[in-house]
Amino acid sequence: MLCQECQEKEASVHVTKIINNKKQELYFCKECAQATGELKFGSDFSFNNLLTGLLNSKPHSHHQINLSSKQLRCSNCDLSYQEFSHNGRLGCSQCYDYFGDKINKILRRIHSSNRHTGKIPKRIGENVRVKRKINNLKEEMGQAVAKEEFERAAVLRDEIKELEDRLDNRG
Amino acid sequence: MEEKIMNQWMKELGPNSDVVVSSRVRLARNVSDLSFTHHASNEELKQVGSKVEQLLEEDDHFQLELIGIDSLSEFERKMLVEKHLISPEHTQTNKHKAVALSEDETISLMVNEEDHLRVQVLLPGLQIEEAWSVADRLDNHIEDQIDIAFAEEYGYLTACPTNVGTGLRVSIMVHLPALNMVNRVEKLMSAISQLGLAVRGLYGEGTETVGNLYQISNQVTLGHSEEEIRENLLEVTQQIIEQEKNARKLLLQEQEVSVKNKVYRAHGILTHAYSISIEEAMELISNVRLGIDLGIIKRIEPTILNQLMVMIRPATLQLTKGQKLSIEEREIYRAELIKELLD
Repeated sequence: MLCQECQEKEASVHVTKIINNKKQELYFCKECAQATGELKFGSDFSFNNLLTGLLNSKPHSHHQINLSSKQLRCSNCDLSYQEFSHNGRLGCSQCYDYFGDKINKILRRIHSSNRHTGKIPKRIGENVRVKRKINNLKEEMGQAVAKEEFERAAVLRDEIKELEDRLDNRG
Repeated sequence: MEEKIMNQWMKELGPNSDVVVSSRVRLARNVSDLSFTHHASNEELKQVGSKVEQLLEEDDHFQLELIGIDSLSEFERKMLVEKHLISPEHTQTNKHKAVALSEDETISLMVNEEDHLRVQVLLPGLQIEEAWSVADRLDNHIEDQIDIAFAEEYGYLTACPTNVGTGLRVSIMVHLPALNMVNRVEKLMSAISQLGLAVRGLYGEGTETVGNLYQISNQVTLGHSEEEIRENLLEVTQQIIEQEKNARKLLLQEQEVSVKNKVYRAHGILTHAYSISIEEAMELISNVRLGIDLGIIKRIEPTILNQLMVMIRPATLQLTKGQKLSIEEREIYRAELIKELLD
């Protein structure tokens, strides 16, 4: 049977919809099923499925966390953690804060990391940039001390101090 | 929207174009303080739209033309998918979705996709760095005018945690007929997926591979810098190019007759068929393209095959013809079009 949308490819997705006791049969090829949104391949199979699998997998011991996670909700956009773990999409940027530890764990599982090391937006990221520089300098200073290069360490210390003052002044 | 069919990656050949068809860079960005698209109110989605409108009005460098998805016909929307300018999900008409395109269609800015903003730059051949530099500049321009959701710890915040951090997805489309003929693609692909890269079919996630075309992209977006992500993909791509070229050499040395036979037969069918399905056409186009790259066929421009790949797809085909066609009519018109272009 051919896909009823493009009438071009063999239908490989069969959807039966029952709405108000009315039954509707639909036949699509993979691409059209995806395009028409009749079947969200993204969220039902493949990558997303894997992701929501990760979200739903329970931590081994902390029984309490599981209980509370059902009521966990983002106070900004009202998305519940349960909704998130169901469709794999967060509701707003603040969900990242409200779902705190849980998000952190998920990110570590997906990316093997929980720390952005890439681009920082120029205008709104100035403070972040300065902080990152301070961290790098501190690391360098530590290495300098370890190598007993105390003069260099002192220079670095002053540089760090100056940057920290700049941050404080800006608030 | 004017119905032009060709765009840059279809018309021109980039570096290493005998193996790499195109390079694409995508950045996911969201407007801070608004809910992500799928969770946003109508009002919020409208706000995203008007912010972009304002941004584009004040810009005279990128010169993007903003097109509301709901202003397009069904075919026009599908053609944008076939040309890789929007995602299949972005064809819905009810969510204030829009796309801004540059004149040559190398830049596309999707508005209210899974994330509020998706910057995409698509260039022919292996041009990851070039595509990145354009996307980065457009991103800077956006950030200059619009407050973008960004956190110190997690970087650019996205609707799906798989995109958080850099929000960067770099992908290349490669044509690997020889590796496929010597049955080495599967092995290669499984090696690639162990390097944190994903392999997909021509039209993204969940689609099958056709015509020996594969898309390879980075999976991880957090914890590596944009440069590291690009370098990783570039290195892998260079190895793929080398392996494919070796396989081609090997084929010519050891199976010259059978390769030539395959190429000429493919050309024969493409230039004489009365009616042809898309799958068959894609397979044969792939063989002819291999023939051109191996110097077996000399008088056909390799760009024609890039064009054909898009032109023979259902929506683009019907837009070219200017009318709705039945499946039978489509197969006949497809064969006609191919003949015309190959002559």
